[in-house]
Amino acid sequence: MSPSPDPAARHQEGARHLSPARVLDVDPLLEDPKTRIVVCCGSGGVGKTTTAAALGLRAAERGRKVVVLTIDPARRLAQSMGIDSLDNTPRRVKGVDDSAGGELHAMMLDMKRTFDEIVEAHADPDRAAAILGNPFYQSLSAGFAGTQEYMAMEKLGQLRARDDWDLIVVDTPPSRSALDFLDAPKRLGSFLDGKLIRVLLAPAKVGGRAGMKFLNVGMSMMTGVLGKVLGGQFLKDVQTFVAAMDSMFGGFRTRADATYKLLQAPGTAFLVVAAPERDALREAAYFVERLAAEDMPLAGLVLNRVHGSGADRLSAERALAAAENLEDPRIVDQDDGKAGLRNSPDTQDSSGSPESAPEEPEASRPTETSQRTEAPGTAEDTPERSADRLAAGLLRLHAERMHLLAREQRTRDRFTARHPEVAVTEVAALPGDVHDLAGLRDIGARLAAGRPELPEPGA
Amino acid sequence: MSRLQVVSGKGGTGKTTVAAALALALATEGKRALLVEVEGRQGIAQLFETEALPYEERKIAVAPGGGEVYALAIDPELALLDYLQMFYKLGSAGRALKKLGAIDFATTIAPGVRDVLLTGKACEAVRRKDRSGRFVYDYVVMDAPPTGRITRFLNVNDEVAGLAKVGPIHNQAQAVMRVLKSRETAVHLVTLLEEMPVQETADGIAELRAARLPVGRVIVNMVRPAVLDAADLDLVRDTPRAALARSLSGAGLGGARRGGHAERLVDPLLAQAEEYAERYALEEEQRAVLTDLGLPLHELPLFAEGMDLAGLYELATELRKQGIA
Repeated sequence: MSPSPDPAARHQEGARHLSPARVLDVDPLLEDPKTRIVVCCGSGGVGKTTTAAALGLRAAERGRKVVVLTIDPARRLAQSMGIDSLDNTPRRVKGVDDSAGGELHAMMLDMKRTFDEIVEAHADPDRAAAILGNPFYQSLSAGFAGTQEYMAMEKLGQLRARDDWDLIVVDTPPSRSALDFLDAPKRLGSFLDGKLIRVLLAPAKVGGRAGMKFLNVGMSMMTGVLGKVLGGQFLKDVQTFVAAMDSMFGGFRTRADATYKLLQAPGTAFLVVAAPERDALREAAYFVERLAAEDMPLAGLVLNRVHGSGADRLSAERALAAAENLEDPRIVDQDDGKAGLRNSPDTQDSSGSPESAPEEPEASRPTETSQRTEAPGTAEDTPERSADRLAAGLLRLHAERMHLLAREQRTRDRFTARHPEVAVTEVAALPGDVHDLAGLRDIGARLAAGRPELPEPGA
Repeated sequence: MSRLQVVSGKGGTGKTTVAAALALALATEGKRALLVEVEGRQGIAQLFETEALPYEERKIAVAPGGGEVYALAIDPELALLDYLQMFYKLGSAGRALKKLGAIDFATTIAPGVRDVLLTGKACEAVRRKDRSGRFVYDYVVMDAPPTGRITRFLNVNDEVAGLAKVGPIHNQAQAVMRVLKSRETAVHLVTLLEEMPVQETADGIAELRAARLPVGRVIVNMVRPAVLDAADLDLVRDTPRAALARSLSGAGLGGARRGGHAERLVDPLLAQAEEYAERYALEEEQRAVLTDLGLPLHELPLFAEGMDLAGLYELATELRKQGIA
């Protein structure tokens, strides 16, 4: 961003920075009673879970009865909701402003527990005990690829069916591909419904029937191969498991389909969460395209960790040049150069106000002569030298900030060019993590404001 | 130096980048390293600016001093067919299994089979020798699953050996565990100087140690340059605002009087310094937590403009300088 001599052009540039895309208005979405499910998705490490919690809190304080389903919250985030260890049951969060009649509940997905509950709910006690004790089941439920995603969707379906809450905010699992949660239910569904299951079931089920004999031979051969590969005991465990689960398979498939349809329903809103970094936004763009392909309703993009500057009219280049002047007293002390520099701001500054010229006497420093006698880099303890040193440091910091701003703007522009239809809300970067409800509330306010607030002067 | 170097880390910490740089560093001066990708994201191809990697070992980079980096993106499905071929010579039966959905089942849902294949393939590459009895690869670097899953991933063979109590899978699982739990292997964790990744690193190390897996080094990635040091931050507190305005004005940034350009810069610049100070304090805190872990600790710089091939070579140089490779 080099300083442009044309104030109008610079002004336009500034305007583009403020509203480059449609702004996502979070509050109407959260307040609308027709919004029943908000799904936060995106790649890992972009603040998905925090966003989900902040949205849940904001909706609750605006009168809705909310449950937030988190997948793997950081300890601090769970604590920020006043709950030291979230578990598989929604817990009411205390300290929420309930003057609008809302409530906030939070829970953390326990996939094994969720799976166990399904088994207990759909099988008689003996059969349930057999399944729960099966080694194959224990491995499957404790977390193999896809189970977490499947159980997250299962839990979502359960919460929705209970109808105890009028808004469910869901965080999605940190998958190797951010889209696994869309695929896993289908994959598990088709596995449990598929040909392989029939094969595995074959010896147990088809056994006595003469008409099936030919088929049975083929299948025995097949299971023989599987047995050889996997080891006999393992295959027996799988078969026992499959036989015990047989009555539930239809149910799995039906529920997976129902949850998938629920995600496409008008009461559902997807929010893609990203940070203004190349990889995160590339993933976000991919996500937007995938959701469209699946007919999933996208509400918009939440762009976390966006940086701003209260001094964004001072370009990085000018800040660095000024810092160099301050750090090298020999240049500063050259009267010609200095006079030239002092005059430059008013021609380059966008506001073009003429106030600096009369101030020059005030700005000049009476101790310059004494400084010149000091060796550079030593004895920097005179107040003027330390003020110069600090000013130079602040200017370098500012230059770094301006470079960051430009980079973030570029990556974001690239996303907007590809998906101009997607509404965006920006959340200003926080220096630290969220520790309490006040922190979550602050993030909620930033989410609703749509664009980052500039640092408060003197804050 | 361990021949199998496993690189894990919380999502978003840049573990793929670190794994790639480590492979380059290890290959330097005539060595040969294999970089293995197990998550099917083609992150390695992106980093090395080549097309998507097929399921075969392919040379992707030349390291300084004539070394070679090979890369392999393991496709679990093909790996399983490979594996069946190796143990059973079942060409057509393999295809039949595939038709039935057994391969899909085995690689996506069945307990750990996918992870068994991935770790198995990496260990096979570690042990592979050429005709003259020399190791084909001096080092194998694995871009492994994230910290939250790494212990389970590496330990899956223990579990499988327990599930499949006899048979070739049982034997294979035990052979893999022998490599993974030996000094041949080192598991490194990549983190950032932020609370959550640091916490996950500490938890991950505890889990790895409990599972008796060999923990290697902690690598802090994307460390931002220190623009202001502690002494500068003291100045923020002690310097009168008017003096700062005069300095800014003296540097040619406008008037220092109230309402002048330089004076109006003071507040926003100090606000930025405030944010910086807060982050600086947090980073120092996290650095202390990492130091307490008692493992070799390394820091790699942030490349503000994003990572590219040139940056990768710079990181490799840095890794060598720090004695990691």
